[in-house]
Amino acid sequence: MTIKRMLGTAAAVLMAAGTAQAQMSDGGIKIGVLSDMSSLYTDLSGAGSVLAARMAVEDSGIAGRSIKVEIVSADHQNKADVGSNTARQWYDVDKVDVIVDTPNSGVALAVNEISREKNKVFLVSGAASSDLTGSKCSPNTIHWTYDTWALANGTGNAIVKTGGDSWYFLTADYAFGHALERDTEAVVLKNGGKVNGKVRHPLNNADFSSFLLQAQASKAKIIGLANAGGDTTNAIKQAAEFGIVKGGQNLAGLLVFLTDVHGLGLPTAQGLIFTEAWYWDMNDANRAFAKKFSAANRGIHPTMIHAGVYSAVTHYLKSVEALKSDADGKAVVARMKATPTEDTLFGKGTIRADGRKIHDMYLFEVKAPAESKAPWDYYKLRATIPAADAFRPVADGNCPLTKS
Amino acid sequence: MTTLHGATAATGDSGRAQIVAFLIMTGLLIAAPAVIYPIFLMKALCFALFACAFNLLLGFGGLVSFGHAAFLGTAGYVSAHAAKEWGLPPELAILGGTAAATLLGLVFGLIAIRRQGIYFAMVTLALSQMVYFYCLQAPFTGGEDGIQAVPRGMMFGFIDLRQTMTLYAVVLTIFLGAFLLIYRTIHSPFGQVLKAIRENEPRAISLGYRVDHYKLLAFVLSAAISGLAGATKSLVFQLATLTDVHWSMSGEVVLMTLLGGLGTIFGPVVGAFVIVAMQNYLAQFGAWVTIIQGAIFVICVLLFRRGIIGELGRVLKKAL
Amino acid sequence: MSTIFGIPPQALFGQLLLGLINGSFYAMLSLGLAVIFGLLNIINFAHGALYMMGAFVAWFLLQHLGLGYWWALLLAPIAVGLVGMVFERAMLRHLYKLDHLYGLLLTFGLALIIEGLFRNGFGSSGQPYRIPAELQGGTNLGFMFLPNYRAWVVVASLVVCLATWFMIERTRLGAYLRAATENPALVQAFGINVPRMITLTYGFGVALAAFAGVLAAPIYQVNPLMGSNLIIVVFAVVVIGGMGSIMGSIVTGFALGIVEGLTKVFYPEASNTVIFVIMATVLLIKPAGLFGRSN
Repeated sequence: MTIKRMLGTAAAVLMAAGTAQAQMSDGGIKIGVLSDMSSLYTDLSGAGSVLAARMAVEDSGIAGRSIKVEIVSADHQNKADVGSNTARQWYDVDKVDVIVDTPNSGVALAVNEISREKNKVFLVSGAASSDLTGSKCSPNTIHWTYDTWALANGTGNAIVKTGGDSWYFLTADYAFGHALERDTEAVVLKNGGKVNGKVRHPLNNADFSSFLLQAQASKAKIIGLANAGGDTTNAIKQAAEFGIVKGGQNLAGLLVFLTDVHGLGLPTAQGLIFTEAWYWDMNDANRAFAKKFSAANRGIHPTMIHAGVYSAVTHYLKSVEALKSDADGKAVVARMKATPTEDTLFGKGTIRADGRKIHDMYLFEVKAPAESKAPWDYYKLRATIPAADAFRPVADGNCPLTKS
Repeated sequence: MTTLHGATAATGDSGRAQIVAFLIMTGLLIAAPAVIYPIFLMKALCFALFACAFNLLLGFGGLVSFGHAAFLGTAGYVSAHAAKEWGLPPELAILGGTAAATLLGLVFGLIAIRRQGIYFAMVTLALSQMVYFYCLQAPFTGGEDGIQAVPRGMMFGFIDLRQTMTLYAVVLTIFLGAFLLIYRTIHSPFGQVLKAIRENEPRAISLGYRVDHYKLLAFVLSAAISGLAGATKSLVFQLATLTDVHWSMSGEVVLMTLLGGLGTIFGPVVGAFVIVAMQNYLAQFGAWVTIIQGAIFVICVLLFRRGIIGELGRVLKKAL
Repeated sequence: MSTIFGIPPQALFGQLLLGLINGSFYAMLSLGLAVIFGLLNIINFAHGALYMMGAFVAWFLLQHLGLGYWWALLLAPIAVGLVGMVFERAMLRHLYKLDHLYGLLLTFGLALIIEGLFRNGFGSSGQPYRIPAELQGGTNLGFMFLPNYRAWVVVASLVVCLATWFMIERTRLGAYLRAATENPALVQAFGINVPRMITLTYGFGVALAAFAGVLAAPIYQVNPLMGSNLIIVVFAVVVIGGMGSIMGSIVTGFALGIVEGLTKVFYPEASNTVIFVIMATVLLIKPAGLFGRSN
């Protein structure tokens, strides 16, 4: 019994008889969407990422050129061993050629190693860790949408420049939180800001009032939330309760997604500032995508992770088609790096030698309830961070691939 | 504790049945990689060992631990760290992980055996939460990233574990060795006393047994074997992460044991294979996996308390 | 003295007050667990899931029926209590003669099912729930800004806890309950319907959890996972207090909230573990718990 058969129903099989498919390994291209379908990250990636991948395949029109593309998906349950088992089985038994998405840095780093070992392709949209293009970079991996460094840099930079020059950090006490805090602090200091203090809170902490009071007492203009998911939303909710934003301090989220804002509601989330790579209401192409996407996804609008999956799959298919083969993962990734990217959602971009996809990033502010005209109308653009400045310079990443 | 559905004393007939069952199991496991994906099999074997260790404590000692994830996870971290950062060969890494779990088991045991029954369960749960938070914050575990890309290396200098089939042979050997150790323990005088304590603790005390010593020893042994499973697992997957220390893992091992058959010898193995297979092959159903697991719990407790092997043994009238 | 261990006294008072607020949740939840354990001998692992369900019922009432916070405070405990009674009638009832373990496992399974279903139905990023208009804003106490809602939580929880204590320890109904815990057969012989009393007790304990859930909805994100981490801490609270007395669980709940609050000031890194450390210490010194009777 193979995953392939089990997933028969979930797979989108686009088939047409022809000659081109003979060039692809095992008769076609097989894309595996490995994501969190049951827990924390379900809404911001999950089933939506499978949908985004499917839309990318349809829009590429590749089926009309007689190449068979199949999509399989699985839930990694945020467990690195489940994710790595699935990845190995997909590569070894089910002949998957490329794995996409994979939120949760722990799982993504594991799949990163397996993809390197098996010489396949790994296109990360969901995971945040900038190690994927740093010390752990791989010739088989491209980190597509965002990373911790880009978020810290975008938010830190822009806020200090617009007057938010004193900071207090609320940091989740584990590796990820520390990394976010460290990167942001560096940016704040570099731009002439100062850090009034910081407090480390445990992961999955329900009550933030005591930490928020400490932040309030620090008189810092900006309270930086170096945490994610439920910790961020609880902190924001309770900051509103304690009148922190009304008192003149602003919150800066270092990892916030559209679905988090939706879950908080505008009355609570208004005024929050953060960085993202993509927003659905920025131009007509994005809006068209969002309309089609949300209709098939319980009304949930696409996050930047979903858009990243779409963009990554589009570029992958293009490169494989040009190469006329998907067999050699390294060769495919090399080709992807050599070709400039272009798609309807992210526009034009490039991929660096360390595997970092480069595009503009945006600083958003959450609208006040009165400014919001329609459901999911949540952000206003505060600044655009040009592609050249948006990501960590190659030299600072320590990626072995970039050393001669 | 008389209402726990434990095994009945093995008669000579059952003893023979158990040997036959052991041979069948070994035969199946040797043949399995030909048809089933070996990495999956190794994962199932590690969990089977974990469940057997847990069953030693619950099924034969009557002690409900809800904190066994701490041993599995700690051993995984220690052996991964030893293999990756200190460059130790796999046999020493596994040994180090097991030793760490044993030590932790001693500490847990000394605190927890002061309470009985359900309090015991809650104490172990709380202690394992402390271990979880420690692992979350300690720098060497890498937080949610875990320890990645752990080298498998050469065992004893000449067995190349990078070959999947070689690794499988090694994992199978570890599993069978530990399984036989548990089997021997259960049937030793020590195991008999343990069962006596489970059935009637005051009576065991009145017979002059130092009950707490026996319990502690059983707890430490169970922790050590759980550690062995965790350490082996970290080499198979080449990683160690927070999943294995989280309390839901402690719940999963109870589920495996209960489904297979509490206090049976082969039950935990069967239970572990079923649960791991379910997680693997139902992965596409997302949240339904947890719901199905919950439903299995409810069904097992209400209708099916003997578990798969327990029911089978009842039909065959043999303790398996 | 302008500081206490380097912390200004004002800040310290603020933190003590916040600790008391968190303690309210611990107290209400551990009280429910204690009531259920006292009569049914069941460790209700589903308590966290039912607390979450209470918060979701509040959200549902507002979103789909337009019924606000005050209605939720009344209706959610009733609704969840009824669900609890169905569980008791259909499942838990069959386990009373068995080892405690089975009750724990069954409710653990129920918790998995409930949380899974809510995650499937409502996703994982949570739902918004606003503080009711009457309780918005706050009071400046001089040493801290106290949101009115938090003050209400402490008052509501104290009232509910003390009323429960009074009912169990000081009324005739409570006397029946306590007697049924000691000797159900004898109480039955006096013409009291013990099985029905057990069902109602479970429903009541679960309703306490749902009440806490509604109180929590405006403070914490209404999220399918909101109960699963809390339950472990509440277990530790129960072990520390000992299951012997109702008052024990109330006092321990509030006290541990305060201890946790202080830890957040002096050593925030340990604020998640401090309760477990206390638990281990208490067990070493007084295995039956602070208020428990040894066997």
